[in-house]
Amino acid sequence: MIRALIFLLALALPAKAEDLVAGLSQNRIAISSSFDGSEILIFGAVKRQAPIPEGQLGMIVTVEGPQRPLTVRRKDKQAIIWVNSAAVEIDHAPSFYAVNTSGPLDDVLSNTSDLRHRITVRQAIRSVGAPMDVQDASAFTDALVRIRERQELYQLNIGAVEVSDQTLFKTRVELPANLVEGDYTSRIFLTREGAVVAEYAATIDVAKVGLERFLYTLAHENALIYGLMSLAIAIAAGWGASAMFRYLQS
Amino acid sequence: MQIYLPIAEVSVNAFLLLGLGGLVGVLSGMFGVGGGFLMTPLLFFIGIPPAVAVATEANQIVASSFSAVLAHLRRKTVDLRMGTVLLVGGLIGSALGVWVFNILRSMGQVDLLVKLSYVIFLGAIGGLMFIESLNTIRNTRKGKAPKRKHHTWIHALPFKMKFRTSGLYISVIPPALVGVFVGVLSAIMGVGGGFIMVPAMIYLLGMPTKVVVGTSLFQIIFVTAFTTLLHATTNYTVDMILAVLLLVGGVVGAQVGARIGVYLKAEQLRILLAVMVLLVCGKLALDLLIEPAELYSIGTAGH
Repeated sequence: MIRALIFLLALALPAKAEDLVAGLSQNRIAISSSFDGSEILIFGAVKRQAPIPEGQLGMIVTVEGPQRPLTVRRKDKQAIIWVNSAAVEIDHAPSFYAVNTSGPLDDVLSNTSDLRHRITVRQAIRSVGAPMDVQDASAFTDALVRIRERQELYQLNIGAVEVSDQTLFKTRVELPANLVEGDYTSRIFLTREGAVVAEYAATIDVAKVGLERFLYTLAHENALIYGLMSLAIAIAAGWGASAMFRYLQS
Repeated sequence: MQIYLPIAEVSVNAFLLLGLGGLVGVLSGMFGVGGGFLMTPLLFFIGIPPAVAVATEANQIVASSFSAVLAHLRRKTVDLRMGTVLLVGGLIGSALGVWVFNILRSMGQVDLLVKLSYVIFLGAIGGLMFIESLNTIRNTRKGKAPKRKHHTWIHALPFKMKFRTSGLYISVIPPALVGVFVGVLSAIMGVGGGFIMVPAMIYLLGMPTKVVVGTSLFQIIFVTAFTTLLHATTNYTVDMILAVLLLVGGVVGAQVGARIGVYLKAEQLRILLAVMVLLVCGKLALDLLIEPAELYSIGTAGH
């Protein structure tokens, strides 16, 4: 009996035939004053102890920004004006989410794998409870994805992962200029017939540096000094311009 | 040239911000309005988060108003005594306004109320000023001297004070009340309040137009400085880099504007301001009336 169970388990969990090794062109992205978006190159290879197994190979690379709760609101016409009425709280929504695949999504990823590993953007967004009066909560999530796709914060790049000889792969992820600070995660999935067979993860640290860092920290930790400094700059600039014009006129 | 703003967390074109600051600065110097009612919607439009736009705009108004006030002080067109009375009212009013704002927020729909008050006040004031200035221009063309009411109920009130620069001897109650009212509105609408104060000083208090502009600017400096500090310490939404870019353009613009203003007649100045106020009002009204292209919007949680 026990032997049979072990045998079954061994069948269900075969020794890993394929594994992933990968690298990122940068593990740290510095947001300086001149930051205008960035590009990460993600590359690697499939490591095998045995000959190439059967089944169509697929490769998916995701990059995910920090999660932040948010509220999606919908406008409705009341009397003659358009007013925000219904609202749905979204508990988890990544501030950035890119999915690069080696081929059409249906071919490289099965629904079960998507659910288990939360790969597509719809799986990455979690909305726990919509209020009772909102019937169509999924329309709000759709709207969130639509708006963020337009801002290039959510991307689905079909065929953006180049795979050569079923072994080497590389892809590029464009990070837009309106990036939020925090830890970004990059995940790489190797699939066979849509099922995930190997997984690799790495973090990318996105942080403000230099003047940006200094101002951000000051604004949050010494708010009064920051506020007074802003006012001093304003007064000085106002006086400076006035003095300059007087000098120019005389 | 793109520049990343540390508090707003977006990257924008630096020259665009300089240009916007300059344009609004010219108007501010010409009309004695802070320009907040124009700049704040413009900042929303280029993708600055609303909370940051409102707070940073207050900081920028401090700079452009200060620059313009210096120009007015040299020409002796600031009634400091009247300005102080308005200011005392204004500070009381803005404290009141913050209180009202919080009550409205707990009731929800604060966005709508802010927009509606913009439409109502801009529409009413712009319309009145437009009609009045048109009439004045028509009357002067016909050769009639403009009428000036001399004795109204305002002159019957107690606590009279001499305002020499304005050539007035009136009670301090009406200007203080105007200050309170403008303070309340500026806290709710996130503007300096010049577009309301200027007509109030002309039509309610009967001050000469040339003095009105400088006096209004004088009061705006202090009210917006107060607002900036409040936003910086409670919401952390003042973006210094954004403010610097806007105010470099703004202070230069304000100097130019104050000089252009000298060459224009009072009625022309008023009719231009009226047209501008009406344009902004129309734009905001259309936003409320026409079905938006995107019905959904994303906001931070808990607001």
